[in-house]
Amino acid sequence: MKLNGSQIVIETLLEQGTDTIFGYPGGAALNIYDELYKYADRMRHVLTAHEQGAAHAADGYARATGKVGVCLATSGPGATNLVTGIATAFMDSIPMIAITANVGTSLIGRDSFQEIYIAGVTMPITKHNFVVRDVNELADTIRKAYEIAMSDRPGPVLIDIPKDVTASVCEFEHKPAVQPRPKPPIQHDQLKKMAEMINESERPVILFGGGVMSSNASELLYQFIHRTDMPACHSLMGIGALDPADPLNLGLIGMHGWVSAGRAVDKADLVIALGTRFSDRVATKMGDFASRAKVVQVDIDPSEVNKNIEVVHSVIGDAYDVLEALMPLVDRTEHTAWREQIETWKTRMDYKPKDNDAVLRPHQLMRKINELLGADDIVATDVGQHQMWAAQFTGRRKPRTFLTSGGLGTMGYGYGAAIGAQVGQPNKRVVHVTGDGSFHMNLQEMCTAVSNNLPVITIVVNNSVLGMVYQWQTSFYGKRYSNTDPHRKTDFVKLAEAFGAKGLRCDTLAGFEACMKEALEADGPVLIDARIDKEERVLPFIPGGETVRNVILD
Amino acid sequence: MEKYIISALVQNNAGVLARVSSLFGRRGFNIDSLTVSPTVDRTVSRITIVVLGDEYTLEQVLKQVRKLEECIEVSHIDEEEAFCRELALIKIAGDEAERESVREVCALYQAEVVDSSKESIIVRVSGAPSKIDTFLSIIDSFHVVESSRTGITAVHKDKKDGK
Repeated sequence: MKLNGSQIVIETLLEQGTDTIFGYPGGAALNIYDELYKYADRMRHVLTAHEQGAAHAADGYARATGKVGVCLATSGPGATNLVTGIATAFMDSIPMIAITANVGTSLIGRDSFQEIYIAGVTMPITKHNFVVRDVNELADTIRKAYEIAMSDRPGPVLIDIPKDVTASVCEFEHKPAVQPRPKPPIQHDQLKKMAEMINESERPVILFGGGVMSSNASELLYQFIHRTDMPACHSLMGIGALDPADPLNLGLIGMHGWVSAGRAVDKADLVIALGTRFSDRVATKMGDFASRAKVVQVDIDPSEVNKNIEVVHSVIGDAYDVLEALMPLVDRTEHTAWREQIETWKTRMDYKPKDNDAVLRPHQLMRKINELLGADDIVATDVGQHQMWAAQFTGRRKPRTFLTSGGLGTMGYGYGAAIGAQVGQPNKRVVHVTGDGSFHMNLQEMCTAVSNNLPVITIVVNNSVLGMVYQWQTSFYGKRYSNTDPHRKTDFVKLAEAFGAKGLRCDTLAGFEACMKEALEADGPVLIDARIDKEERVLPFIPGGETVRNVILD
Repeated sequence: MEKYIISALVQNNAGVLARVSSLFGRRGFNIDSLTVSPTVDRTVSRITIVVLGDEYTLEQVLKQVRKLEECIEVSHIDEEEAFCRELALIKIAGDEAERESVREVCALYQAEVVDSSKESIIVRVSGAPSKIDTFLSIIDSFHVVESSRTGITAVHKDKKDGK
């Protein structure tokens, strides 16, 4: 059949199983939007307030569902507004397709109105990108983009389509949905050596990250650590793969991770890194991380091996495949003395914040969220102190239930991500945990939640300062609070109401619980302005360039 | 810092060079020279890059380039096991006597005088990169007004049987 470029875009997306996209129209995208109008019954388009929100929504949708997220924007500023969202997805290896319209091919290169070379702009923040100058290549390019986004280590792919290509007509034939490329075969000798190292070790620890999520390996990971009696800790990206209540789950490691987890890695004789890349927020001191251990790295991306820390052995492969193949090779064993040692560190050294019900303490607030949510419900965060408190205390125990910008640390990520997650998982509750700083960055997306009647609950952990930087200024900059105490007068309750949402406020734990219960009953988006003290700090805290041996606990 | 020669076959698409150089810029790899041109198969280009760094840089360069969607293959070329060539053009100003001295040096290095005028002389030298380095350092004692090097291009040698 003969179709125009815009129809081909939509037909090819549908062919790949995409029935929802997030975007914002504009001049160069008019043809595509005209077809979206006609395809409205088959392709859901969620209009955001800002293209950045659309990119984060596509990312949140992908993280919450495991599918490829798709966002769409017009040329020029529409495209550049996607950039932060694309970079966020890139740093966290999230499969995403960003489609941008561009000015017509005859106008390209002439600094035309709303013309930007977005392929050039996004080169370093995409797995790959395309400019489609011929409508005959459009369908296969989109298919290729899906293949690239999903295969190996996932990531974002951008497709830029000049306006005339969206109008040109060519022959179109449906093909079956593309599949990810075959995963790299695992080298048996590499695996055997790894198994031997595991069987010989006395103090082994697993350190896992987002790779466990993208390979759907959390169930296997559970079986593996229980077979080998091996404690496991994780990066921010690993939250949700294991239940925090599992005695073998040591929890978060790194700058704001648990001391017991950090010490376990520090004292271990074997560290298995599983789908994690030793970022500077995990391996806080280059050259002194897991320094007593033999480190074995399992990653699907060979370039991660020896990139940030030198390892003695590596296995290239998908975390699921490696665990599955490894399982029969490892002994069923017990590391009682080692576990007991870690247990004493937990009791003696881990940070235990004090409760105070008369005010609202962040750890109690986060625990309350966990108490009121189900295991499948989703927490999406912004970036800053609230993000770390949420990571430490919201107790997410299923994969794809904790959405956070780990690598890029994007303030303003949360609302878009929560919207995407709620659209992708309409039967789950989605709680957006943010701070007053982060929320100010993309709060306009509240209109999106209202228009689409998405029951996202936004909790503004409001300490009236830009808390994380404020905390650093307290600790390292002699309390010179440069531009972190802005004296804003924003009334978040009125703001929510102005957007057509419900706004609530609290400053005690009981008050927060009441607000949450009311929010969970409400039939639409709710904002809770949760007031906390501005001197609240995120602890433990390993300053950059230090190790867990120099952790700050008070 | 060592010099490593990297040879990559890439799809000859618009923007592929930008993609490779963007990667080098982003990762902070230092390019000493870079040559690119299509192979006999016009859809494929060969990029030869001389990179400055250590063993760590070399390993990362190879792995990161290999990840590029348009990279077909990439390898490190050991100068011993490859045929490496480079060409340089040098324009030297000087009177007749000086031009004559240049000619003498050129003869020694099999450099060819390709153009000569009353004020200057242009010479061409080609060969292994080390030969070019030596020639340039010697010719530097004259008044060099302009010079241009192509950068290294290289092809793997076959292992010679029985030797």
